[in-house]
Order: sequence, then C-alpha cells, then structure tokens
Amino acid sequence: MANAQADKGGFLNNLGRIYALYTGGFFGFIILVGILEQLGVGQKYLGYMFMGLTIIVYAFIGIVSRTTDVGEYYVAGRSVPAFYNGMATGADWMSAASFIGMAGSLYLLGYDGLAFVLGWTGGYVLVAVLIAPFLRKFGAYTVPDFLAARYGGNGARLMGVIVLLACSFTYVVAQIFGTGLIAQRFLDMDFQVAVYVGLLGILVCSMLGGMKAVTWTQVAQYIVLIVAYLIPVVWMSAKKFGLPLPQLTYGQALSSISQLEQEFVQKGLATQASLNTTHTAPFSRYSPANYFWLIFCLMVGTASLPHVLMRYFTTPSVRDARQSVAWSLLFIFLLYFTAPAYAAFSKLEVYSTLIGKNIADLPAWVYSWGKLGLVNICGKAAASAEAVKASCAALAGHTGVLRLQDFGINPDVVVISTPEIAGLPYVITGLVAAGGLAAALSTADGLLLALANALSHDIYYKMVNPNAPTKQRLIISRVLLVVVAIAAAWTASQRPADILAMVAWAFSLAAGGLFPALVLGVWWKRTTKQGAVLGMAAGFFATLGYLLVTRYFPGFGVQYLGMSALLNPVTWAPIVDLKVAMAAPNAMDGWVTLAHPLASKVGWFNINNISAAAFGLPIGFAVMIGVSLITPAPSKEMQDFIDECRKPRGKAMMDEKSGLVASH
Amino acid sequence: MSKQNTEAHWAKTSKLMVTMLVLWAFFSFVVHMFVVPLNGIKILGFPLGFYMASQGSLIAFVVMLFWFAKAQNNIDQEFGMAEDE
Repeated sequence: MANAQADKGGFLNNLGRIYALYTGGFFGFIILVGILEQLGVGQKYLGYMFMGLTIIVYAFIGIVSRTTDVGEYYVAGRSVPAFYNGMATGADWMSAASFIGMAGSLYLLGYDGLAFVLGWTGGYVLVAVLIAPFLRKFGAYTVPDFLAARYGGNGARLMGVIVLLACSFTYVVAQIFGTGLIAQRFLDMDFQVAVYVGLLGILVCSMLGGMKAVTWTQVAQYIVLIVAYLIPVVWMSAKKFGLPLPQLTYGQALSSISQLEQEFVQKGLATQASLNTTHTAPFSRYSPANYFWLIFCLMVGTASLPHVLMRYFTTPSVRDARQSVAWSLLFIFLLYFTAPAYAAFSKLEVYSTLIGKNIADLPAWVYSWGKLGLVNICGKAAASAEAVKASCAALAGHTGVLRLQDFGINPDVVVISTPEIAGLPYVITGLVAAGGLAAALSTADGLLLALANALSHDIYYKMVNPNAPTKQRLIISRVLLVVVAIAAAWTASQRPADILAMVAWAFSLAAGGLFPALVLGVWWKRTTKQGAVLGMAAGFFATLGYLLVTRYFPGFGVQYLGMSALLNPVTWAPIVDLKVAMAAPNAMDGWVTLAHPLASKVGWFNINNISAAAFGLPIGFAVMIGVSLITPAPSKEMQDFIDECRKPRGKAMMDEKSGLVASH
Repeated sequence: MSKQNTEAHWAKTSKLMVTMLVLWAFFSFVVHMFVVPLNGIKILGFPLGFYMASQGSLIAFVVMLFWFAKAQNNIDQEFGMAEDE
C-alpha cells in the first residue's frame, strides 16, 4: 500500500507527542471547569462544557482523518501501531454497558456480577491465540471476507453477514440509547432529540474517514473514558483510606461492608434474607452452572464479535496484531479491575451514610435521582420527601428509620451518581458523564462501521456489483453508514424494552454463529465448505431459537419442547409454578412482554437464556465437524491457502489474490 | 520453505496454543470452582476467592497475553517465519 506509506508522514511519527499533549490538555480542561465551579458557574453549564468540548474534539479528529483511499477507509491503511490499536480496541470494546452498567451490576449482584468482568476479559486470550493473527495475515477487510475465502464462496459470506447483522445491530441500538440517556440527564434534552444528537456525534467521527477516523477518535475517547472512570474512585480511596490506589484499598471497603451487613441484621435494619446475598458470597444470583456458562459464552462471544476482530486488521503486521491484543486487554483491564472497587466504595458510601438514617432527613441526591424513577425508597420512586414518607408509612410496622431492604437503586445510575453520593464536587460528575458518552460513542462507531462495511463491501461489492469503481464503493459505504445509523437511532428512540438484555444476547449469537467457523477454518484443514455453512447456520439458529422461545414463546417451549422452569440458585425451588402458569389463559401467547409469568423463566437444564450459546456452540461444532467428515476434503489449493494463513511471513493474502490494493 | 519446516512450525505453534488454552481454562473456570474454600482466606481484607475473580484472573490473562506474543514470535523466528522488522 504505497499510498498509505506516503501518507504516514507527520501524524504517525508524532503519535506519542500528539496524544500526550491531548491528555495534558484534557486535565487542564478538568481543572478549568473545577475552578469555574468554585466561581459559581451553574451545573448545567458545566455539563454543556464537558459534552460540547469532547464532542468537538472527536469531530475535529474525524474530519482531519477523512480519506478517499479504500485501504484507509476499511483498515486504516494497516498502519496503526500495536499500542494505539490497543487503546482504540479498549474504547471500541468498552460500551455504555461496561462504563455505566458494570459497577452497578457488581453493586447489586456482588460476586455473581464478576461473571461479566471475567467473561469480558478472558475472551481476549481466545482472540490472540486462535483467531486474530490469522485473519490479519489473510488480510481481510471484514470478517465475512475471511469466511468467503476459506469456505469458497458467497454462501459462507452471506451466513457471516447474517450473524454479523444480528449481533451488531441490537448492540449499536443500545449504544445510541446510552448516549441519549446521558444527553437527556446532563443537557436537559428531550430523549428523542438527544438520540439524534448522539447520532450526529457518532456519524461525524466515522463517515468521512471510515476506519482511519474511527481509530484515531477511539484513541482519544479511550483517554477520556479511562480518566473519567479512575478519578472519582481514586479520589474516594484517598479520602477514605489515605491511599489513592482503590484496587488495593477496596479490600478494606469490603471488610467494612461485611461488618455493616452484620450490624444491620443485629439492629434489625436488614432481614436474614439479605444475609444470603452478602457482597462476596458466590452463587446467590446464578447457579454455579449458569455462572460458568455465562463466563464461557461471554468469552467465546468476545472472540467472535466482528467489530472487535476487525480492529486487528489495522496493525502493520501479524506480530503487531498479537501484541496489540495484549495491549488491548491491558487497557480494558484498567477499567475492569477498577469496577469492583467502584462498586464496593459506592456500596460502602450508601451503607454508611444512608442506612439507619431517619427517612425525614435523607440527602438531596436521593430525590434528584428518585424523581427520574431511578432510586426507590420503601418500594416506590423517591420523588420527594413527602412521597418517601407516604410510601414508608404504607409499610406495616415501619419505624421511620431507613432499612437496607427499603433502599433500591437502578444499576445504571450507580457510576454516575456515586461522585454525588460521596460528596465530590460536581465537576467530577460532569467528567463521569463525558466518560460515559465517550464509551458509548466509541463503541457505536466501531459497530456502525462493521455493519456498514458488511453491507457495502460484502453484500454490494462482493455479491452485487464486483466491478464497482473505488469511488462508487466509498460513496455506497457512506450512504449505507448513514442509513444504518438512522435506522439504529430510530429504533433507540422507540425505547425498546429489551435493549439491554439483547446486548448480552449478542455475545451468544456471535459465539454460536461465528466461533466454530473462524477457529476450525484455521485450525482444522479438513473443514469443508458445506460443513462450515451448515455448521454456522445450525449454531446460529439454535442459539437464536433458544433465545426467542424462552423469552417470547415460553408457553410453546414448555408445551412442545420439554422446557421446565428455571430454579432459584439458593433454594433450588422452581422460580415459577409451571402448572399454575400453564393453566393461565395467557400461557400460550407469543411475543410476550417481560411481565409475562413465564418470560425468560423457562429453559432446558436450568440454563438462563443469556447463556444460549451453551446449546448453540456445541451444536455448531458438531454439525460443522460431522458434515465436513462426510463431504470431500478441501482441495490442495485450499490446504496451501490455510498453510499460508498460518505463516506470519509474506504479504497479506487477500490483497494479492484479488488485486484489491487501494487506489493509487 | 520446506514442508517439513512448515509442519514443525505448526506443531510448535499448536503446542503453545494448547498451553495457553489450559492456562485460560484454569484461570477462567477451575480456580473459581474453589471460591467457597478460598473465600475463607483473607488478604488485605479481600476474601481470596472474590479476589481471584475480580483481579487475580484478570492479571493472569494480561500477563499471559504479553508472554504469548513473545513466545509465538520466538517460534516464528526459529523457523524463519517471522516478518521482517
């Protein structure tokens, strides 16, 4: 790629200096906003400053990185150093759910929530060892590219595109939903408007420069999000324990939490039932089998998600691709090993400042979040002091002292509200919101690009019009990017109820649909075209089927597929009485809402539908291997092709094969 | 490049792969199966079982990946299959 070479000039040689300057500037900006706050500038304006400035910076990078080169548009000219690609992958990977939701889930689930921490990190071992370096050597532009080349034709390509669309679209909707929520809360916008504003922020980063622009914006977004995540918890750690290393000091926070838990029970401020779910005790929320299957599905899903794999197409070499996976995990690790500390500090803060207080004098933050329905006291939204008094008075025998079981918080506000709960200045809250926005935007960028590239490169260029000139291809790419983005924003603006659960499903869908074909494609030469296509279809549809039936057609599952009620992990009693539920008139309804008595409460072998790949993955592997063994072995050329993929030395294969070198 | 060389390179690569997957399975699953007894041990306030899931295994994954990148590169160089710098 001579073109990319010539372009390397100033920017790539000065990456370190540019991003160091940028980071310094960001810290300076935080201090400036902090000073303005002390001078009495209103919170709303501080929020506008954080949101506005960060989005302007991302847009600037997006516009400066515009390109008309196919190689730069699809794979950033394969010139991104391992270290920076690691940061970009970190931002690409850590979504609104990781940033905003993870610590909240840990707060609520305690030990069992760690399945997400483990599942979303350990998968990178599979990426590095089994998949990424080989796809980089092949030189794909998209994941379906590799499937098409390895499994000779568009059958495998199409199946790959179907899985990609299924798992990426819901995922991107959730990101836009997240940006909408943040903009709504901190910019006081209407949610519908906020969603389209978020959309603009995303498009301006990706449309002109494709992968190249997304890469350099994601690096900038990683810096914002990691700074925003670490500062509040470092601050709390220093304040509470005199040591700014929350990852070390939260051990003490955990001890304090267990002590308080015991005290609450003694003082009658918590029931015996809440003792069963102490923070560090395992398997109160998931049964051991579900806990391990969830970890497994998240890990394998990580290793199959196209928007993650395609980041490793951008490194200069196979060696760099491997190193880059290690850097990615290090950068992701920085946030994920802080999340449990965040959760612990937040819990300690609530336990020590709130529980045991008279409900008449609760702090202001309870009401500001209660108004939005995100904090509950005595079972009802804590909209005002009167509302709290009324709902607690309605409980029999309530003494007017806040008990543990009286307090409920939505997991999605734990991260954003903790600085406020801990009494830190508002600048920190604004910073955290900007970090959450960066996390949502960066993931949305990567996903949109993966979706639009699959449609423009795999469907349009490879299947519909292989003679399309470069210019036309890039125009089509951009048009599709906008179309997909608008479709996603429209879906988000409808506030689909299941959106967050669907993100977790994306991992199982990717795992069941793509993992066997990607791994066996490299590691087992005997895998045939027929085996791959059928195996992908079987794995994908088995996973999808289990998800759809257990969630939307549970009565059908019980009646015809022999599903039974899931079990409570502590008592091992069924969580729903099947006899009663099946006798109800709505038992056999389809497309039921989550309020339906059977929805997501039935399954095979007591496996939650969040781990649907527990069925899809083995089925996918079995069909792929079985069919491959009864169909003729791949040709000599194909065997050589695989050998070539396995050797780091030599040129990227796809560019050579199809003459698909970027325009000169 | 001879066929023999190719096969030897792949054999060694596969061996490293298996080593990595064994370590991966250990830190992903095996160690967490013992969470209840491990939680009996407390270090700096952390119950050890909880610690392994929240930090220990994660540190292991990061270290494993940097080591793997190096080890695989050494294998590639040994068989003349590494890319030029």
